[in-house]
Amino acid sequence: MGAHLGRAAKLAALSGLVTIFATPAFAQTDTISAADTAWMIVATALVLMMTIPGLALFYAGMVRKKNVLATMAQSLAAVAIISILWVAFGYSLVFTGDGPWLGTLNRWFLAGVTMDSVNPAARTIPEALFMLYQMTFAIITVALVAGSVADRMRFSAYLAFSIGWFLFVYIPLAHWVWGGGFLGAAGVLDFAGGLVVHLSAGAGGLVAAKVLGRRHGYGTENLSPFDLSLAVVGTGLLWVGWFGFNGGSALAANSRAVMAIIATHLAACAGALTWGTIEWSMRRKPSVLGMISGAVAGLGTITPASGFVAPWAGVVIGVTAGMVCFWACTWLKHRFRYDDSLDVFGVHGVGGLVGTLLTGVFASAAICGTSGLIEGNPHQLLLQLYGVAVTLTWSVVVTFVLLKLVSAFVPLRVSREHELVGLDISQHGEALQ
Amino acid sequence: MKLVVAIIKPFKLDEVRQALTEIGVSGMTVTEVKGYGRQKGHTEVYRGAEYVVNFLPKLRIEIAVASNIADKAVEVITANARTGQIGDGKIFVTPIDRALRIRTGETDSDAL
Repeated sequence: MGAHLGRAAKLAALSGLVTIFATPAFAQTDTISAADTAWMIVATALVLMMTIPGLALFYAGMVRKKNVLATMAQSLAAVAIISILWVAFGYSLVFTGDGPWLGTLNRWFLAGVTMDSVNPAARTIPEALFMLYQMTFAIITVALVAGSVADRMRFSAYLAFSIGWFLFVYIPLAHWVWGGGFLGAAGVLDFAGGLVVHLSAGAGGLVAAKVLGRRHGYGTENLSPFDLSLAVVGTGLLWVGWFGFNGGSALAANSRAVMAIIATHLAACAGALTWGTIEWSMRRKPSVLGMISGAVAGLGTITPASGFVAPWAGVVIGVTAGMVCFWACTWLKHRFRYDDSLDVFGVHGVGGLVGTLLTGVFASAAICGTSGLIEGNPHQLLLQLYGVAVTLTWSVVVTFVLLKLVSAFVPLRVSREHELVGLDISQHGEALQ
Repeated sequence: MKLVVAIIKPFKLDEVRQALTEIGVSGMTVTEVKGYGRQKGHTEVYRGAEYVVNFLPKLRIEIAVASNIADKAVEVITANARTGQIGDGKIFVTPIDRALRIRTGETDSDAL
């Protein structure tokens, strides 16, 4: 990963020089903007930071002490594996060609990605940087799913599942929405990944939690978190990283990026306050886990809307996220007794779903040129519903088939003994003392 | 010689240690322990999942003293570890058959 970053930085620096000293002979590189390039390098680093160490800490802080390292290993493995697969063929399959279903293999192993090339989706930054930025989204989406099956999934099965999930869930969805596929062409709005990242990961996680079954001792034993302070630190890194996630999705250093960042920040604040307030009134104490859950719910929910709505809509969306995701994590989950261990569906899945729909409500022509329901365009809400239905169906069905396929070769769960002794020792041979 | 074992609330340690030093107790061993007695545990809630915590954190103090000050030590611990709330802890006193200081080989009361 470090090598990629260094390479992109050099490319970007060179591009900047080329721009500054541009002569008519270099006309095709004139479009590359040093400012946009600089911002997108930073945004790329911010989004990678969301997975390591952000998500790794957020998740590891919520599991029991015997599973902390194994939980971090899942985030780490997602970075290592998905990065290489993204360069090998992921980028090409998502972001080249204009096929409704899938891209091409023209850019496999970055063939044709040169110092001067740009992707049509982002003409002012080097194509290599666009590729790298989008890589970090693929990484965190795959890493998110792991939270649903924390404490019990066999590491080898997780690796096989991750590769398959990236191939058959993430790549198609990302192409359909962002890479010129049929959902984007239909007009479905998803600024930074409400559908592609959060709903897909949440729905996949829900299915995985159902297929793997509940943790041993669920509902009878104390499964309380090892160290929530790690989760608070992780939330802070996710929150700051999200400025790059949503702000960077403008793909340029411009006002739209700033508007997206403001909406993002306000949604996180509103989500944290809402969840905490609900707990305070219902349980007489506002928990720290509740406040960070609300913040992440607000962040996930504003993600699809961030570049399409006015900043004030971020507050409304954040409050809605806090309420709906609280309900999903505390009522829906217990009502149906699925053990989505770290609430990937309750926070990210439900948040991505609600946020995608609310994008159709609050989209503002002044920000993005497209009106939503409150500006008199109910059709956009229907389009958003279409996007949700397709994403949900695809992720649920493909995740289910994939898990059945993987389980034909390797058991998805660790043995009962290994689960009791903890995944750190049983999967990795090390443990916190 | 007597071994005095006291289970106390963690935040009472400093007061107890100071008071024991004042009556001439020259050493102690402290262990972080978890347990329960009459004090009920408490309930923790994580995103709606409620867990009853039965074992509460306490400190276990062990001091070896000459028989003639054992009663005084018990008295001092009681006075300084007491809050009046449930969960203040317990004290156990048992006889010691032998004692030995490893460095010098001194035995029994010389080793305390």
